[in-house]
Amino acid sequence: MKGYLTIAAAVLAGATLAADGIQINGAGATFPNPIYQKWFSEYNKLHPDVRINYQSVGSGAGIRQITNRTVFFGATDGPMTNDQLLAAPGKILHFPTVLGAVVPVYNIPGVSSDLKFSGTVLANIFLGTITKWNDPAITQLNPGVTLPGTDITVVHRAEGSGTTYIWVDYLSKVSPEFRKRVGVATSVQWPVGVGGQRNEGVAGLVSQTPGSLGYVELIYALQNKISYGQVRNMNGKFVRASAESVTAAADAAAAKMPADFRVSITNAPGDAVYPVASFTWLLLFENAPDKKQAKTMVEFMKWALADGQKYCVDLGYAPLPKPVVDMELKALQQIKTQ
Amino acid sequence: MKRWRARPDELLFRAGTGVFALLLIVLVAGIGVELYRQSRLSIHEFGWKFWQTDVWDPVSGEFGARPFIWGTLYSSVLALVLAAPIAIGIAIFLSELSPLWLRRPLVFLTELLAAIPSIVYGLWGIFVLVPWIRSLEVATPPWMKTIPLFTGPPIGVGMLSAAIILAIMVIPFTSSVAREVLKAVPQAQREGAYALGATRWEAIRMALFYARTGIIGAVMLGFGRALGETMAVTMVIGNTPRISLSLFAPQYTMAAVLANEFAEAGDDLYLHALVEIGFVLFIITLIVNIGSRVFIWSLGRQPRSARVADAAAATAA
Repeated sequence: MKGYLTIAAAVLAGATLAADGIQINGAGATFPNPIYQKWFSEYNKLHPDVRINYQSVGSGAGIRQITNRTVFFGATDGPMTNDQLLAAPGKILHFPTVLGAVVPVYNIPGVSSDLKFSGTVLANIFLGTITKWNDPAITQLNPGVTLPGTDITVVHRAEGSGTTYIWVDYLSKVSPEFRKRVGVATSVQWPVGVGGQRNEGVAGLVSQTPGSLGYVELIYALQNKISYGQVRNMNGKFVRASAESVTAAADAAAAKMPADFRVSITNAPGDAVYPVASFTWLLLFENAPDKKQAKTMVEFMKWALADGQKYCVDLGYAPLPKPVVDMELKALQQIKTQ
Repeated sequence: MKRWRARPDELLFRAGTGVFALLLIVLVAGIGVELYRQSRLSIHEFGWKFWQTDVWDPVSGEFGARPFIWGTLYSSVLALVLAAPIAIGIAIFLSELSPLWLRRPLVFLTELLAAIPSIVYGLWGIFVLVPWIRSLEVATPPWMKTIPLFTGPPIGVGMLSAAIILAIMVIPFTSSVAREVLKAVPQAQREGAYALGATRWEAIRMALFYARTGIIGAVMLGFGRALGETMAVTMVIGNTPRISLSLFAPQYTMAAVLANEFAEAGDDLYLHALVEIGFVLFIITLIVNIGSRVFIWSLGRQPRSARVADAAAATAA
């Protein structure tokens, strides 16, 4: 149904364009939607004949739509699985576009300073084994902070989301028990807590509910002025999420980057690394039937990876590190444009 | 004498409207078939277990709909309990008691309530109702907390918030229809009651009794709406698939899980399980509607003497 709508929308929009204009449709993840919209509109200013439409329908729907070829490109926050790649009618390539971070946000009346968390503590809170704010596991990490003996109200995302994927991917890496009981996916079975709608909903619930702890994308914590905690990285350092500490995580991963870019960079090694970070990917067919669109898309990607990256920080994303960009420029050559 | 004969254009009109009516049946059947077709993987995998298990785990591919079925029915029934007396009260006031100058603005206002988009109700729920419910939960005395209806931590979001939002959304529908039904009670009935010496209260009860099938229909219409309401509910119910009697506990509904998880559902079994939730909702809505039809029908079919006796009892009591 959505597919037909996409086609109908494409036909309608296409009819209004001049004959030499080019129209490309994509769909997928909501997390990078703000920067994609910015990119597509900026790119349209530079190349008025190119119009790229993006529908932020969710990663899962984006993968389904590119697999059914109802859109030219997809976008996802979690890389496609091997099964999903095999199910596609042609080879699909992943291209990291920007980086995002997920931060633990909390609301404890009377506590204003930055709280420090470790991965295991966060995992145990989200498993429901740590239930009070003054649990020794938390107070130990925060000497000098007086934490109340109140219950922790866990807030998580209600709907399937890339943010959840990054969060549980990290918690599963640091806690074997979390991996066993919850696992990694865009929506999971949470042992405890309440579900908020989208980042806004989680941010809203946390800022309203005394004693709550949730997770949101960095930009939402900044916009809503909610306290967010530092997280202890693999090297034992407590790091605050920022564009630099997130790019550092990608930098650390670049050395071991697989050729298809399907890599998780949560819990990456390095002193300056913020551990709950991830790429978000754009999906393209290696050999798409429409070569003109493929060529345009490759041109666009080259621009996005170079000039486009400067829009990242304002919108709360972290830019890609140089080595990753170089690898991607090489990988873009695989796409058949004629 | 003019002989009546179907003219071609009349035949065409009859055939045309007939096709439209038929289309409705085809549409409902089509929805059912399509829901079945798109959920067959999950139906074959889980069978009846789907209705009976509580696990909803997309990671391990285990799906059971019971907490969602419970949440949908519980929230709708609670909404009904809250909304029905208020809605019928509004209808009675508007049709029987209200001074004329007040009637028009009140009718307009109740209809305005029906026109507010559900996302607006949801936002109002999050920012106004939920904090209010939370302070209510905090203020709940400990002895009350031991009653199963009021257990759990004070979070604000949960069954009570959802039921109240639903009740507010349902009231305009139920009261509008109930008012129309009461308006349709012949004036002669009321005059008859007064002529027999009935008080105003007794005359109203007589009118209510006369209109009872229609009023039950109005209530069921509201119930149907509550079953399917999605956006406002998911914003305040807490979205936790756990069966609980507690009004303070966060829970989940079928429509809400569909809306929340559909876009990100990657693998086929997951998708089919979600569509099966839609299928279950479809079946339950069907059962509720058929059930209320049968109920209304059985009221209408009572033997005449019993009805007269009932009516007499209603006016006399």
